[in-house]
Amino acid sequence: MTNATRTVHFKIYRYDPDKDAKPYMQDISVELDSTDRKLLDAMVKLKAKDDSIAFRRSCREGVCGSDAMNINGKNGLACLTAMDSFPEGKPVVLRPLPGLPVIRDLIVDMTQFFKQYHSIKPYLINNDPPPERERLQSPEDREELNGLYECILCACCSTSCPSFWWNPDKFVGPAGLLAAYRFIADTRDQATNERLDNLEDPYRLFRCHTIMNCVDVCPKGLNPTKAIGKIKEMMVRRAI
Amino acid sequence: MQRLVVGAGYGLKDWLAQRITGVVMAVFTLIMFAAALGGAMSSREAWQAFMANGFIRFLSFLFIVSLCYHAWVGVRDIWMDYLNSAALRLFLHVMTLLALVGYAGWAIQIIWRL
Repeated sequence: MTNATRTVHFKIYRYDPDKDAKPYMQDISVELDSTDRKLLDAMVKLKAKDDSIAFRRSCREGVCGSDAMNINGKNGLACLTAMDSFPEGKPVVLRPLPGLPVIRDLIVDMTQFFKQYHSIKPYLINNDPPPERERLQSPEDREELNGLYECILCACCSTSCPSFWWNPDKFVGPAGLLAAYRFIADTRDQATNERLDNLEDPYRLFRCHTIMNCVDVCPKGLNPTKAIGKIKEMMVRRAI
Repeated sequence: MQRLVVGAGYGLKDWLAQRITGVVMAVFTLIMFAAALGGAMSSREAWQAFMANGFIRFLSFLFIVSLCYHAWVGVRDIWMDYLNSAALRLFLHVMTLLALVGYAGWAIQIIWRL
């Protein structure tokens, strides 16, 4: 493989509340070689060039969910976004996740997001004494949790959801609702009714208008809209 | 700073009603299209006779009520989505509700007069 270098241009949202009166877009370019395949590789090089650029990253393989950002107008993980997915000759535009307060540059304050996540009690509630080894499920029951437990809480979905932008303090958001259904669907959980009661609310659940931005952006290919539909279906079954 | 309160404990009924009223309106629209194709709107007399039919009166009443309920949930959702002031929301909820109830009575009176 040749180690040909190429120049890639970036436009990056910059804001340091200690120094800047307001945010601005910085034009910067970086030389990349053929081993720099993902956006995160390019950003590490950018950081070497201008170490004042702030962004979060950790595992660099789509597991930790730290490097979620708005890439060319669409939320995604820098570590899973291929550099060759960008149109040639156009700058790559990087902004922080929309709808959350910016701490600095591409780093946002996730407090509100996690507050909603915690509000659905994201843990198994079972008051029976634990068995000697583990609480068993049938393979069919376990099957229902696929597509739910894989969420890495990167917040790409919730911060692309207009309902979450308008009511982040009241609407649980797609990530929180996906996690809520993960426990509602779990046959080992004993708090199904309380969980449904907790969500039966015009704001907490019913702000979802099935816009489906969440499904469009999820870097793990999950479907929060489907999970939300299943929660509503369960509420209907419970009510009639 | 007021404390945030959330957890009104309703929502399912309106969500379900919006879906059901949507189906009612879609079915009524299809019936009206079929009637138009079948010549029920070829003249004023034919149109009048069609609308005076007991079953069509029943359906048109259902349509108007469904339209208003559907619009109530939809417009209320817009106020809830975009307005932060509870006082303004309450005012607009009441105005919307009063307008829709008024429209429903008025529309039914017009249609049943045919």
